[in-house]
Amino acid sequence: MKKPLFNTKTIVATGLGGALFMVLFMFVKVPSPVPETNLQIAYGISSFFAMLFGPIAGGLIAFIGHALSDFLSYGSPWWSWVFASGAAGAISGIAYLTAKKDIEQGEFDLVQFLIWNIVANAVAWIIVAPVLDIVIYAEPVSLVFTQGGIAFVMNAICSCVVGGLLCSIYAKTKTKEGSLTKK
Amino acid sequence: MKTKLFSYSQLDTFIHRLSGLTKLICFLLLTTTVMLTFDIRIILGVMVLSLILFRVAQIRFSQVKVMFVFVLIFILTNFVLTFIFSPTYGVEIYGTEHILFVITERYTVTLEQLFYQMTKFSKYLSVIPLGCIFFFTTNPSEFASSLNNIGLSYKACSALSLTLRYFPDVQGDYHTISLAQQARGVEMSTKASVMTRLKNMVRILVPLIFSTLDRVELITNAMELRGYGKHKKRTWFSYKPLGKNDWLSIGVCLAIFLFTMYMRFFVTKSLFYNPFI
Amino acid sequence: MEQPVISFKNFTFQYFSQAEPTLYDINLDIMPGEKILIVGPSGCGKSTLGHCLNGLIPFAYKGKITGSLTIKGKETKNESIFALSKNIGTVLQDSDGQFVGLNVGEDIAFALENDCIPLEEMRQRVNQVADMVDMKEFMGRSCQELSGGQKQRVSLGGVMVDDVDILLFDEPLANLDPATGKKAIELIDDIYRKTHKTCIIIEHRIEDVLHRDVDRIIVMDDGRILMDEPANEVLASNILIDHGIREPLYVTACKYAGITITPDMHAENIEKLNLLGNEEKLRSWYTKAAASPKEEAHDPLLEVKDLSFSYDGVVPVLKNVSFTVYEHEMLAIVGKNGAGKSTMSKIIVGFEKPDSGELILKDHNITDMSIKERGEVIGYVLQNPNQMICCTKIYDEVALVLRNQGLSEEEIRPRVEKALSICGLAPFIDWPVSALSYGQKKRVTIASILVLEPKIIILDEPTAGQDYHHYSEIMGFLRQLNQQGQTIIMITHDMHLMLEYTKRAIVLAGGHKIADTLASEVLINDEWIKEANLNKTSLYTLAHKAGIEDALGFIQTFIAWEEKTR
Repeated sequence: MKKPLFNTKTIVATGLGGALFMVLFMFVKVPSPVPETNLQIAYGISSFFAMLFGPIAGGLIAFIGHALSDFLSYGSPWWSWVFASGAAGAISGIAYLTAKKDIEQGEFDLVQFLIWNIVANAVAWIIVAPVLDIVIYAEPVSLVFTQGGIAFVMNAICSCVVGGLLCSIYAKTKTKEGSLTKK
Repeated sequence: MKTKLFSYSQLDTFIHRLSGLTKLICFLLLTTTVMLTFDIRIILGVMVLSLILFRVAQIRFSQVKVMFVFVLIFILTNFVLTFIFSPTYGVEIYGTEHILFVITERYTVTLEQLFYQMTKFSKYLSVIPLGCIFFFTTNPSEFASSLNNIGLSYKACSALSLTLRYFPDVQGDYHTISLAQQARGVEMSTKASVMTRLKNMVRILVPLIFSTLDRVELITNAMELRGYGKHKKRTWFSYKPLGKNDWLSIGVCLAIFLFTMYMRFFVTKSLFYNPFI
Repeated sequence: MEQPVISFKNFTFQYFSQAEPTLYDINLDIMPGEKILIVGPSGCGKSTLGHCLNGLIPFAYKGKITGSLTIKGKETKNESIFALSKNIGTVLQDSDGQFVGLNVGEDIAFALENDCIPLEEMRQRVNQVADMVDMKEFMGRSCQELSGGQKQRVSLGGVMVDDVDILLFDEPLANLDPATGKKAIELIDDIYRKTHKTCIIIEHRIEDVLHRDVDRIIVMDDGRILMDEPANEVLASNILIDHGIREPLYVTACKYAGITITPDMHAENIEKLNLLGNEEKLRSWYTKAAASPKEEAHDPLLEVKDLSFSYDGVVPVLKNVSFTVYEHEMLAIVGKNGAGKSTMSKIIVGFEKPDSGELILKDHNITDMSIKERGEVIGYVLQNPNQMICCTKIYDEVALVLRNQGLSEEEIRPRVEKALSICGLAPFIDWPVSALSYGQKKRVTIASILVLEPKIIILDEPTAGQDYHHYSEIMGFLRQLNQQGQTIIMITHDMHLMLEYTKRAIVLAGGHKIADTLASEVLINDEWIKEANLNKTSLYTLAHKAGIEDALGFIQTFIAWEEKTR
């Protein structure tokens, strides 16, 4: 069966996922020892939605959520990182297409999930964010790559741990009944 | 609890009267201008313009004080970090070296470095009033329709519109759920280790996400029952058609943008304006 | 002869995910301009029937259809959901979910936007409709700034804007307080009379819907239509109560008094009810059972003293509220939406800090206790169990709070088992939560609170959205818990619940406590009823019809009888 990429349900999930991402991005920050970077729980949300609804949903959730919360807290988005967030969300959603098990049937393909989340975070934070920082803002090279490297580690942890836990819990709720006996 | 997402207030100023589409285009043009140039003369020009517009829109400083402090901390941190990581970046860019004073051998303060960092500083600072003006004077309902009008897919715009619509609801849910879990002893303070905190976070996220997924189902039905997705496009009730002032404003911003590009490629012929040679 | 606008012929539907059909062999004709009420317990298939009408089946929910369903002569299987939505407008139960626009005008316009109607025409039609549903002054308001009743008006506007022929209301009363619900029924009736649209109402709160006339009632259970008759005929039968659907209170009272309801008594509406010489039966029933229950005095458990609170420091939500909760009590806090009752409960459980005032629990001042410490003595059960459950296994969910306290598994196991057996969930101890019904999940959340053995538990709208069967089940369970000595506070706007299950009620209105008295007294006091958006109980009117002066005594007779026969 071909999986839908952008039907009405995906759009709604994107909209609400974006709102969730925003709430967490703005209010749930776990400060890390490195300035200008946070342990962002929100990336777990975008990975989870990307696994359930695909790359377009994942990318838009992170992009919209990050851009709007930047607007609200800083007055203007820091575009290079907003685009990087979007890229991370979108690439992690490739797992939705390549997964060999159907999460809606209660089977979560953890391997594909982890592979694509690590790839996604690597591309986003080691390539997209620093390069855009240099191109748009002419930031010093050594600074942006150090920040990117740290962000990669932090966000990969959030995506994999938080997103992975959420996916596996979701899969468990989809378990078929019939094996249940009253004690 | 805060029920309004934005501090959008309905005033009757020149800027409030402009269409949301105009404001979006002008915002994008001016911020792109600032993003693409390192010419401090243009940056300062845009900054002065945006401060004037700030006054015209009757935004009071008290409304943005908190945000301003946030941004200032952010920029200052960046300022310090830039110096720590690349103390000679200015010299590399401008090709000359005017030493002001020496801290250590690596950390020599040069006029070039100071100029580079000041340019960057004003670059970041100048877009803040623009963002504030856009958000304080644009009715959130016009936001999505404006994006659709500049060519973004209407599906993506609908998603954005739903984000704006449900943000306050999700925020309220998060608040309630997080308190209910804390009452059950789920520890959220910094005392716990990072892994425990992530796991406890998941305890709050699970009910939040599952109730959100229930809602997705419901809203999808509600939208399809009212014909959503029937055509390849849609119209927007909140769309404001463009008037004379709208075209005028877009024209001015476009002129600034083109002028900057002209300076960049034909006058200074470099990303950086170099006063040292 | 006129053609039916909706016609089911030998219609059967089975969801792909289910082993049995949800609708069996439905035959039903609805004529243009009819007003129909469809009733039945949860799971009887009434919502599925609604989904078949508006096209969600088979477009969103897949399944196997046999037989035929035609709307305006067209077979629905061959139509798209969009074409159907031009004929049928659906007002969903959850008006928050249906409100997809950022403000009122935008939301009403949604169907037009999707139809690519030009701006000018759209404005005009939205204005007309907003006028019809009386929301014109609120055009720029966002969803969060509206009351439940206003949101529903917007939902109705949003479907009327398409000029549909049929209006389908799916449990329109579920989230409304009694007075707002009454107004909603009046609004539906007004629109029905003005526009002559066909109206179909799916609802299990029969007494409230019958506040205005309907042409027919269709009773469903187990996927079949059991009865299809005018309201007076349906109420003259025992079919409702036999199938777990709540009858109007006055009908129940009449039956207790030994009156046989006949169609010519017109029991569909308390105002029209003609007792036909049966008054004497009610009078003798009332005197026979009128022994008032003796109250034994208990010690105060929680004292709320002079509590004031405001979210923004400007608009006060609670103003100098004081009351006492006694041990082993079952207490109701009632009032309309926004009266401050949820805020009250949030302050008691420590989610919010009061601006002034004190909370004294058994001589200890708990005002400044942390949320976590407070959670150990006062438990709070949210309205929606899905907002509380965070583990996949029932055992883990109930054990969570004890594990957070650092107890060992040997200590935890017996306590979890005890809490689960109190809640009737002992057989399910190793089950995943996802295998439970909504009511069972609610019990899991109660068990997860009970396991701490709190002094008080507070429940927010414990029966919201439940049919009579599940309502009785949950409330019966709570009563049992209370009889074992558990102090319970309930936040509710369900008058039946308050009348039947709680002795005492505290009425909040505009942030003030306006009454603190017997539940039955609240529902006959005009002033309190008006301020708190309640409705006068129909038992009061019934007492009058039977010539009984002492309405309060009559109501208490009824409650005592209910308790005895339950």
